[in-house]
Amino acid sequence: MFEATALNRRNDRTQALFRMLFLLMTLVLIVPVLIILTTLIVKGGPVLSVDFLFTSPTDGMTAGGIFPALFGTIWLVAVALLVSVPLGVAAAIYLSEYAPDNWMTRVINLAIINLAGVPSIVHALFGVGAFVIFFGFGTSILSASLTLAIMTLPVVIVASRESLQAVPHAFREACWNMGATRWQTIRKVVLPNAVSGILTGVILEVSRTTGETAPIMFTGAAFFLPFLPQSVFDQTMALSLHLFVVSTQVPGVPEALPYGVALVLIAMVLLMNSVSIAFRMYLRGKKKW
Amino acid sequence: MVAAAIAAQGVVHKLAVRDLNIRYGDHVALSGVSLEVREHEIFGIIGPANAGKTSFLKALNRMDMFDSAMRVDGTVEFNGRDVRQLRNVYALRKRIGVVFPLPVGLPMTIYENVALAPRLSGIRDRAELDVIVERCLTRAALWDEVKDRLNSLGSLLSGGQQQRLTIARALSQSPEVLMLDEFSIAVDPVTTMRIEDVLKELRSEMTIVLVTNLVQQARRLADRTAFFLDGACVEIGDTEALFEGEVQNPKTRDYIEGRFG
Repeated sequence: MFEATALNRRNDRTQALFRMLFLLMTLVLIVPVLIILTTLIVKGGPVLSVDFLFTSPTDGMTAGGIFPALFGTIWLVAVALLVSVPLGVAAAIYLSEYAPDNWMTRVINLAIINLAGVPSIVHALFGVGAFVIFFGFGTSILSASLTLAIMTLPVVIVASRESLQAVPHAFREACWNMGATRWQTIRKVVLPNAVSGILTGVILEVSRTTGETAPIMFTGAAFFLPFLPQSVFDQTMALSLHLFVVSTQVPGVPEALPYGVALVLIAMVLLMNSVSIAFRMYLRGKKKW
Repeated sequence: MVAAAIAAQGVVHKLAVRDLNIRYGDHVALSGVSLEVREHEIFGIIGPANAGKTSFLKALNRMDMFDSAMRVDGTVEFNGRDVRQLRNVYALRKRIGVVFPLPVGLPMTIYENVALAPRLSGIRDRAELDVIVERCLTRAALWDEVKDRLNSLGSLLSGGQQQRLTIARALSQSPEVLMLDEFSIAVDPVTTMRIEDVLKELRSEMTIVLVTNLVQQARRLADRTAFFLDGACVEIGDTEALFEGEVQNPKTRDYIEGRFG
């Protein structure tokens, strides 16, 4: 009674075929990642050195290091974070804990989704109009970081709101029933249990911000600067723009140099992502309920 | 004789509810409920699911404030004051301890679970908090089991222990009224009996409103019992009398005897 019929055998073959097909497609996904990483390491690896990271470009950017660009990227990301994290987390707390379900909240949610969908070049032009010209910050770290901040705000809001929503509603009700106000409940019970998720979202945002080029191109990143920025009102070099410049805009750059820049950039992003993943795994390990 | 004398003077009720209606949007959860809860009694509320029992409790301590869909009208008096006119609803909630069907151990230490509410009301003194924590855990019959690990997470206790922790937390502000909503639903029979003993002792100090899914639990504990059905209070009476069959509405007898519900 357990012999395979012709139909069974055909079903088995079809099922094996589809399994192979899906496996192949999944492998295709990994191929570009592997190619990018190996190319960068093989071609860019040799130029990497402590000197490369900590000296300025020389000889019309055809030699020397990338220090001003590396330094500038860290500046840009830090200032962008200082703006977007408080703003984004506050908005997420409002939307998750206070906002009534009415048309205004729905409009705000729609705005956030749309903000996430705006192309980065449009953000760049908005940044020029708003921060460089209207607020008069000029092309500066401040303008560029504010543009980056607005661009990444939806990510922070959505990640924070989701981690707030992941805290069971029963915890809030228990607090309210004891006579706690909404804010006391948020401070004592909701935030302490959501902070890990919020941090994960923030780290992911950092890694995204690091690689952005278009939004900073017109608002604060410079082609080449012989000195480091002294304040947020100065222009700065940035890794992502530097990569674009040495790959396409400067004649006579040795082939390995752009690969080296790209390798540093991608290493920064991957480092950030792995920190975020490790952090999440660590917190999942000590779950509290 | 004594009862008549008190009635003549006008009994001061702990809670007096008149014409209470509760709606969620178009759905009517409770309509036309009027009843009084006397001081130091255990007032039982029985009835099948969706009878409006939980909504009733939420109206008593103004939890409708946190539910935008919930509409309440009618009057609820606490110590003779209409809670719907109160400005300081937080002070009201501090006088009413609440225990939920599912135990809620907050994700903080056992100590902090009990000390949270006193802290939020401004008690900073560690010694004073120690006293509150020990007293409340003892009264909730949990102290002996957790006194050596007050710094471990309250949310990782077993279900029965978490429910007693919830009771300890509800007692942490010395409430005048304790409301329990089907507290035994997720608790083993032994813990249920221990909590019932706790409630019998607490009766001398506070008024208890006990919503229960177990008819026999109402019989064991409640002085008077109300029967809710489909959003209405069908019957209120002395528990013993109800269980002896002295009912106005035949449905009450059917429910008590387990013919539906």
